[in-house]
Amino acid sequence: MNFKHKYFFLFPGLFVLIGILIFPIIFVVRLSLSGWNSYNPGLDYIGLENYIRLFTDDPRFWESFFRLSFLSVTTVILQYVIGFALAHMVWKDIKFKRFFRVLFLVPMMTTPVIMTVIWRTFFHESLGPVNDLLSVFGVAPKWLTDPVIAKFTVIIVEVWQWTPFMFLLLLAGLLSLPKEPFLAAAIDGASPVRKFIYVTFPLMAPISIGAIIIRLIEASKIMDTVYVLTSGGPGTSTETSSFYIFIKGLREFQMGYAASMSFTYLIIMIISLTIIAKVLTKVLLKE
Amino acid sequence: MNKLYIFLKYFFIVIWTVFVVAPFLWALTTSFKDFQSVNGGVTYIPWVDFEPNLEGWKVLIKSPAKGGVDIIEPYFNSMFVTCTASLISIILGTLSAYALSRYTFKAGFVKNNDITFFFISQRIMPPIVLSIPFFLFLSSINLLDSLTGLIVVYIVLLMPIAVWIMVDFFNKVPREIDETALIDGCNPYQAFLKVVLPNSIPGLIVAGMFCIIFGWIDFFFAFILTFTEVQLLPVKIVALNSSVTPWWSLSASALVSVAPLIIVAFIVERYLSKGNLSGAIK
Repeated sequence: MNFKHKYFFLFPGLFVLIGILIFPIIFVVRLSLSGWNSYNPGLDYIGLENYIRLFTDDPRFWESFFRLSFLSVTTVILQYVIGFALAHMVWKDIKFKRFFRVLFLVPMMTTPVIMTVIWRTFFHESLGPVNDLLSVFGVAPKWLTDPVIAKFTVIIVEVWQWTPFMFLLLLAGLLSLPKEPFLAAAIDGASPVRKFIYVTFPLMAPISIGAIIIRLIEASKIMDTVYVLTSGGPGTSTETSSFYIFIKGLREFQMGYAASMSFTYLIIMIISLTIIAKVLTKVLLKE
Repeated sequence: MNKLYIFLKYFFIVIWTVFVVAPFLWALTTSFKDFQSVNGGVTYIPWVDFEPNLEGWKVLIKSPAKGGVDIIEPYFNSMFVTCTASLISIILGTLSAYALSRYTFKAGFVKNNDITFFFISQRIMPPIVLSIPFFLFLSSINLLDSLTGLIVVYIVLLMPIAVWIMVDFFNKVPREIDETALIDGCNPYQAFLKVVLPNSIPGLIVAGMFCIIFGWIDFFFAFILTFTEVQLLPVKIVALNSSVTPWWSLSASALVSVAPLIIVAFIVERYLSKGNLSGAIK
């Protein structure tokens, strides 16, 4: 194939992307070395002061980071298990197959913030239906104002919103599997459970890894849900990294410090996602 | 054993269906309530528990001057931004994906896979990292609070998705069809436009649907980069969530915002059943 034409295909997209992104990325790095805040807006140079403050004097950032890790890992595991189960159930013929498939996809088509507003009314402590139904048992959990329960409320909403995405990826994977291994298993008379453990699951391993990584990437960006549902509260009990950076940067206008947190956060994310991808590949593919 | 499995299967499906549907049903009943029926205690069934009225829906199309919310303009803004950004992303993304699938690139240690990864890795970037520089960048070129500015930002969000899906899709379209076209005397652009693209319509549709989903559901950038001139639907609706929340109009607007994407769900499912999405996922 001709050599020169390939650049005409590749470059428009690549250059638009780089063109839009190059300024922001360089700017974040430069901004992180400045003391830009509301009293002193401007790109002065203060060296690594922001980073020193971040690593020695800001437990709140690290707490929010561990909280984020807990929330995203928990939600992704739940989404994977539920998503796989659902995909496996509507994979083969069941009644109203298309209806269930569409229905299970719908939550992911809804705007997270808008649905979270609805969830807020849903979990409202005195006027919401959840506590109204639970009052039969005489309990009334404080869904949004108890530091521990609020975390689970966030998890419930995230699972509702994003399990469909996992379901979609896994169902697409299941539908693309070759038929022969299943025929062989059927001839050997394998039970459904054994068929799942020895045939379906190993065949799905590469797709599973991809789906888990994609969801981890997206889950780590969780911010809208928290903003609307609990605003990080009560106290800081549901505050995630993104939300903390948002508060520092665009509420308190400590732009320089927020930029240094953004950059640190980005580096940590890239490193940890790479490690997770490696570990998952090793465990699931047994390489 | 088998009966137990089938029982558990339907049991689980029913539970999940209830979980999926519950917030929608709740929004639906709430949208017909008024101040009294919301604050007087929890009620579910119209006419039995409370007297339904259409106030929540009427408010949505009234102009703000008459105490309404007027979501029509934000609605069309949202549609315009989402569709334009998706279209541009699909065009640029498809071209790049075709190049990455058919030709080999090498610049130092950078190879095809690294370029593909560069595209896709843009999704790793948390929106918050980009928001502050985008804010200053757009204000420096006077695009803050404008539709054009938002489209520029959304292209960054959506192009990675288009590239990700289309690279895998083109890898599945046999190379022979382009080669035959080239032998028949097409130049590479004709081969791409007249032969490869018509064979890639399912992939383009899936990529387009994904772009529309992820464009439509974005809140964060619209929230930070627009104020009063231009408002997108999610920002407008969340702004309703103030101290005295009008649950009824909130619920009605939420349902209105979900409606167009239900069609997208049907299209995605259709192509999923045909097995066309499978190539899109690695």
